[in-house]
Amino acid sequence: METTILTVNNVWMMVCTTLVFFMHLGFSFLEIGLTRQKNTINILFKNFFVITVGLLLYCIGGFNLMYPGFEDGDMGILKFAGFGITAPEGGMGFGYADGGYTWWTDFLFQGMFAATAATIVSGAVAERIKLSGFMLFAVLYVGLIYPIVGAWKWGGGFLDAWGFYDFAGSTLVHSVGGWGALITIYLLGARIGKFDKDGKPKALPGHNLPIASAGVFILWLGWFGFNGGSVLSADPELTSLTLVTTSLAAAAGGVAAAFFSNILYKNFDLTMFMNGVLGGLVGITAGADQMSPTDAILIGLIAGIIVVLGIALIDKLKLDDPVGAVAVHLICGIWGTLAVGIFGAMAGFDQFLVQLIGVGIVGAFCVVTSFIILMIVKSTTGLRVDKDEEIRGLDLSEHGMDAYADFRINEG
Amino acid sequence: MKKIEAIIRKSKFDDVKKALHSVEVNFFSYWDVTGVGNEKEGHVYRGISYSTSEIQRRYLSIVVSEPFVEKTINAILATAATDKVGDGKIFILPVEEAYRIRTGEKGNESLN
Repeated sequence: METTILTVNNVWMMVCTTLVFFMHLGFSFLEIGLTRQKNTINILFKNFFVITVGLLLYCIGGFNLMYPGFEDGDMGILKFAGFGITAPEGGMGFGYADGGYTWWTDFLFQGMFAATAATIVSGAVAERIKLSGFMLFAVLYVGLIYPIVGAWKWGGGFLDAWGFYDFAGSTLVHSVGGWGALITIYLLGARIGKFDKDGKPKALPGHNLPIASAGVFILWLGWFGFNGGSVLSADPELTSLTLVTTSLAAAAGGVAAAFFSNILYKNFDLTMFMNGVLGGLVGITAGADQMSPTDAILIGLIAGIIVVLGIALIDKLKLDDPVGAVAVHLICGIWGTLAVGIFGAMAGFDQFLVQLIGVGIVGAFCVVTSFIILMIVKSTTGLRVDKDEEIRGLDLSEHGMDAYADFRINEG
Repeated sequence: MKKIEAIIRKSKFDDVKKALHSVEVNFFSYWDVTGVGNEKEGHVYRGISYSTSEIQRRYLSIVVSEPFVEKTINAILATAATDKVGDGKIFILPVEEAYRIRTGEKGNESLN
């Protein structure tokens, strides 16, 4: 019986692992679609770099930094369980993780998550960051910052001891990536042509909205694994509830963003619809197993409105985020984390306060460490390509390649 | 011999081509061009309005003998118009000489 339960649970967890892996294609497509043709190779290269190197780093040290085995009640902040991964005794049996999954599955599922934090940054900094600078940033952010923060909650550290709740990572994954993105675009500056001489924002339309749409659909699909797998077993009630709340929040977020942006700007903007779906998904992630369907819809609706306002705010602050990563991942990540204290089974003032403290501590840590990392990047590899390289496009200046060699479109 | 150059809407190209064939103008070249003009198309992207003055049109180059000039112009006028700003223009230029490369024929003979 125990073997059967472990097998069933483990299969579900491996399915979820593959779904989270698939999200990297979703992110790639979204980023490509919302940026210009001349930077396509560069974005794909960054996404390949993040998942490959991210996974290796997680194997070398990340996993053991994130799950170092804090003792109960020691309010863990930082501990390292050593380099490399070796399955512990009993790691393949029912005794490990209450039969939810094997130790190998544990590693790979968490490893797929790890790279996401840098992928979020990749979209925001697109079209002007120096490739070598991004690679250095990604190595340090995925290799050190993400697992250290993750250990505070999922690794059983002090945030966990305080009762901070983040089911699948509104804060631990999305806000961590979002803070990194915010600080990087602040230091990086806007793309040439994003703001005119008077500082008015200008449109730099993405070159392939069908690809971007495919990316969002893939991300939604992947989120079934991201949230569904965060149940950490195939528990029938919790996994099915989680998939329901996840989908309802995504739907509500998309609808809210599409119609709210229509009220503000008088057009039905497909890219706002897409960002709204993602905002809803990020928003529900912190409490996907704690919410009723109504809670999920409300969280999604509010996330959709927040996304539209967030994108306008970023423009107003003279920051340049081509894909809306800060609005989607940072602002909706904060919203989703706080929502655990407002809606659902855990709602309450004390919980809200703990959520707020968690958001604040993680935010402060990510802002400071991002800043330090980016100063290192700036003084070694450099952060931004020069003006001519940016105008020619990073595909040519950084890679010497064309994304669409011999391809032309016939317009109607 | 005259060269008739016409800038037309891409959406009108098939109608114009049919009309030209019906007056027995069977040979011509065309290419897609981008121009600047009075027509502006409003766009909104992620809350930012912008307009582009880039206008996509098709450029026809037709060389015909004198008896065909009127017919060609009328065929284009009759089929390329939508009565909205941006229907395009027709230009008539004299042609000094024309040769068919395969046979070396010249003048009107080379155009048939």
